[in-house]
Amino acid sequence: MRTRPSARAGQYAALLAYLIFLAFPFLWLLSTAFKPPRELGSLHPTWIPRHPTLANFRQAFDEQPLLHAALNSLLAALGAAVIAVLIATPMAYVMARHRTRLARAASGWVVVSQAFPFVLIIIPLFLVLKRLRLIDSLAGLTVVYVVWSLPFALWMLVGYVRAVPVELEEAAAVDGAGRLRTLISVTAPLLAPGIAATALFAFITAWNEFFFALVLLKSPGNQTLPVVLTHFIGAEGVADLGPLAAAAFLATLPSLVVFALLQRRITGGLIAGAVKS
Amino acid sequence: MTTPVTSPVEARRPPVRTGGRDHAVWFLVLPALIPILVLSVGPLLYGVLLSFTDAQSGRTAPTRWIGALNFQDLLHDTLFWESFRIGLLWAIGVTVPQFLLALGLALLLDQDLRLRWLARALAIVPWAMPEVVVGIMWRLVYNPDAGILNETLRDLGLGDGRDWLSGLATALPAVVVVGIWAGMPQTTVALLAGLQNTPRELHEAAAVDGAGAWRRFRAVTWPALRPVALSITALNLIWNFNSFALVYVLTSGGPGGKTRLPMLFAYEEAFRYGQFGYAAAMGCVMVAVIAIVLAVFLAGRLKGGEDA
Repeated sequence: MRTRPSARAGQYAALLAYLIFLAFPFLWLLSTAFKPPRELGSLHPTWIPRHPTLANFRQAFDEQPLLHAALNSLLAALGAAVIAVLIATPMAYVMARHRTRLARAASGWVVVSQAFPFVLIIIPLFLVLKRLRLIDSLAGLTVVYVVWSLPFALWMLVGYVRAVPVELEEAAAVDGAGRLRTLISVTAPLLAPGIAATALFAFITAWNEFFFALVLLKSPGNQTLPVVLTHFIGAEGVADLGPLAAAAFLATLPSLVVFALLQRRITGGLIAGAVKS
Repeated sequence: MTTPVTSPVEARRPPVRTGGRDHAVWFLVLPALIPILVLSVGPLLYGVLLSFTDAQSGRTAPTRWIGALNFQDLLHDTLFWESFRIGLLWAIGVTVPQFLLALGLALLLDQDLRLRWLARALAIVPWAMPEVVVGIMWRLVYNPDAGILNETLRDLGLGDGRDWLSGLATALPAVVVVGIWAGMPQTTVALLAGLQNTPRELHEAAAVDGAGAWRRFRAVTWPALRPVALSITALNLIWNFNSFALVYVLTSGGPGGKTRLPMLFAYEEAFRYGQFGYAAAMGCVMVAVIAIVLAVFLAGRLKGGEDA
């Protein structure tokens, strides 16, 4: 279809406005992160730092245990991603291939679980974890993250399983392979890219998560990166802008890299879910 | 497989898929099912039970069953209903403009434009960022002295700028803008996916028949997009109503409770004042509202299905 030049110009103007809207807060974060204190205090802030510096990054590490917090986040997110995928893959397989009542109930739960206000879950969970002495521990948080990322992991994985032709499994069965054998030696390798994408997605969700970490982790040595970031904002909301920006930027880097690698797969998974549900 | 079984190979084919009586199915499902039941469904039911008790943190006396007392108190808690009203304002204020913007954008990105790749690449930024970082970033933008927003306004000669997040009138609109920014890419991608489901030939046929852009949208695009649009809007409304981290970092619910979303209120009640039972009752009321939203949108989807 042909578009008139005036309409084209309007389209480009709209696109440009969107690009500016998307980019400007992030560019400002970057700009602030590399500014020396004198420029941060200036009444007329500039986009590009006149004397760019890494001092904010050094100060950020001095002020808060960023490295330790990043390690905590890494452990919880990695643990959650691996366990979630290990237990979700077989269940997603059943949900995709079997039209049982259980599979339908599970699909229903996946949708409904997106709607819960977490406060209704966190209070009892807090009490239960306290009794199990798993409060204020990374292990406890990891367990919560596993369950928390399960619905979406299942959603993505069911889509990936459906994309594997049943005929391949049937052929293996004809060749005399048992169900488990078929699953491990035929289906799993074909699912590998989807499983990896799901694991990375679960990792990012846990890496970014704030509410559960805020409630469950009390001692500073256990806290994850998002929680420690909020310490840069003082009790009265007064913040040391430079180090705050530097730390915030660093905390985003892993997610940005993983997302950039994953973008297509995640979009694909989302689309599969959105269209089929 | 609709072909009749004729070949010997077909006849020997063992049943790959059987019903729920198969024990192997349980073997595959239990590793995920047990954690779900113990850590998600269980706590949820426990939470509902707690809302009928006077459970508090750090109390030595045993927890008592107090019936609907929490709900009666909640009914008269003007602060809660104020936060409830703000929660609805916020959820609608974010979801509706975001949907309209994302729809326009999805239509735009569906075209053959030059900078499309850049829009897609940039869309990752809000999506991948931790909510805490999004909040921090916008605090830097809104900063009354060192922020870029006020500086831009000064440059444009539009007043001397203000403290957006601390103003009684500006705080809620300011956080709503952040909410719109943060969820734009997801909504756009979902709608774009819906658009790509629309058959191209229908578009072209309509154009040949002389239908204008608006008529083509009404007659061809929207009917195909409707199921995705309804799902994503329902989810966005619910997610926004339940949101916490973004506003916690931006304003902590201030100034004067003007941005105190229900989740922030319930969080304070539970983990600052230790009122577990009361906070659980708030959670129950929120669930009830969410159920209504879901029901309305499900009805809309089903109706759409009949029309099609």
